[in-house]
Amino acid sequence: MSAAEIVEVLSRGVTVTVSLMLVSGILALVVAFVAGLSRVSGLKIVRFLTTVYVEFFRGTSLLVQLFWIFFVLPQLFGIRLDPFMAGVITLGLNYGAYASEIVRGSILAVPDGQREAAVALNMSKTQRMRLIILPQALRTMLPGFGNISIELLKATALVSLITLQDMMYLAQNLRAADYSLSLKVFGILLVMYFVLALPLIVLSRYLEKRASRGVANT
Amino acid sequence: MDVFNWSYAAEVFPTIFRAMFVTLGITLAAFAAALVFGLVLTLLRRVKFKPVAYLVHGFIEFVRGTPVLVQLFFVYFAWPMVPVIGFKMTAVTAGIVTLGVHYSTYLSEIYRSGIESVDQGQWEASRALNFSKTKTWTKIVLPQAIPPIIPMLGNYLIVLFKETPLLMAISVNEMLMTAKNLGSQVFSFVEVYTIVGLLFLLLSYPSSLLVGYLEKRMNNRYAQKAKKVKKEDVIV
Repeated sequence: MSAAEIVEVLSRGVTVTVSLMLVSGILALVVAFVAGLSRVSGLKIVRFLTTVYVEFFRGTSLLVQLFWIFFVLPQLFGIRLDPFMAGVITLGLNYGAYASEIVRGSILAVPDGQREAAVALNMSKTQRMRLIILPQALRTMLPGFGNISIELLKATALVSLITLQDMMYLAQNLRAADYSLSLKVFGILLVMYFVLALPLIVLSRYLEKRASRGVANT
Repeated sequence: MDVFNWSYAAEVFPTIFRAMFVTLGITLAAFAAALVFGLVLTLLRRVKFKPVAYLVHGFIEFVRGTPVLVQLFFVYFAWPMVPVIGFKMTAVTAGIVTLGVHYSTYLSEIYRSGIESVDQGQWEASRALNFSKTKTWTKIVLPQAIPPIIPMLGNYLIVLFKETPLLMAISVNEMLMTAKNLGSQVFSFVEVYTIVGLLFLLLSYPSSLLVGYLEKRMNNRYAQKAKKVKKEDVIV
């Protein structure tokens, strides 16, 4: 099998890898904002429940969570998910938990004077968050989100272990058919993943640079 | 169907618990490798001869940009076929090498931040005192660069620990693999995977609290030092 043929076979998995990344990325983003805002909420019970969720997902291994959602949920509650859904939910909840820490940290990093000024201007709680705090917090969040998107792309390779036919799964198939191809297949696969990650790497380096621009170092 | 069979859970727990030590052993070995190799990468990036620095930088970006699972398969299945430098490894060694190299690239960034935060005056002072290059590094720079980054290194130890279940893909008998084997004997994964999840939580949550505590203490210590210096300045 020539290198070109291997690339051709592996590229059939790109759609799965990329769509899994995009869908779980969107879920993670939504979860991150909901959980991040809940963690700075005034209600103690909301804060407590979100903390439990975040620590639970950050404290256990991603692969264990994936197996739990894919193999245990059907047995325990009769919820049967197809591999793609299981992947989206696990990745979304796991990286949502990590990203919520970024949201929380950025909100807390906005100087308190901003909040006080908004109070002095008689803004409501929602107005304060929407018009004053979040726009400023957003720019500190962006580099963190960039890094998480790279981690998310890399983590999608795990779904091959629950039989979703992404790039990694197809590569394993190729190797199983012909062991002598191992070096070529996995060498090419590494490069293909890197090519997919490259735009994200460039973007997050750019965001990192931009975040420190035009802001007083306090 | 039993929802959660407690007696079965109690029966398999000791086996999974024993496998936990395999997981911990692999974690520590891989982290030790990452600590050493990460420092080497950091130092190589500072080499005056630019091509080496660029090459190392490229290597770091590449390793950080590709999935650990793919790297694991590469090291285990493909590396033996690489001409001249390739050799075969056992699954455990391949796992330790892969995790070690992967996280060394993350640790090298942390080392770099630690080294860059050492005051320029320290370099100048050691030059003024006629310290050799080795002595400057071992006696002046590293002793000041390492302690503040210890909590961050601790964070990565926890991250690495949570990454070890990946090794089941090349059938290393760590916790998750053991659980899978046990579960497939009775076609029930509820108990075994739940136990594994809880063991992970039980180990990593207290560790992350410890790291948080260390971080706070470090910050206080360095903040106090800074304050002290300021006070002396005022007196003088």
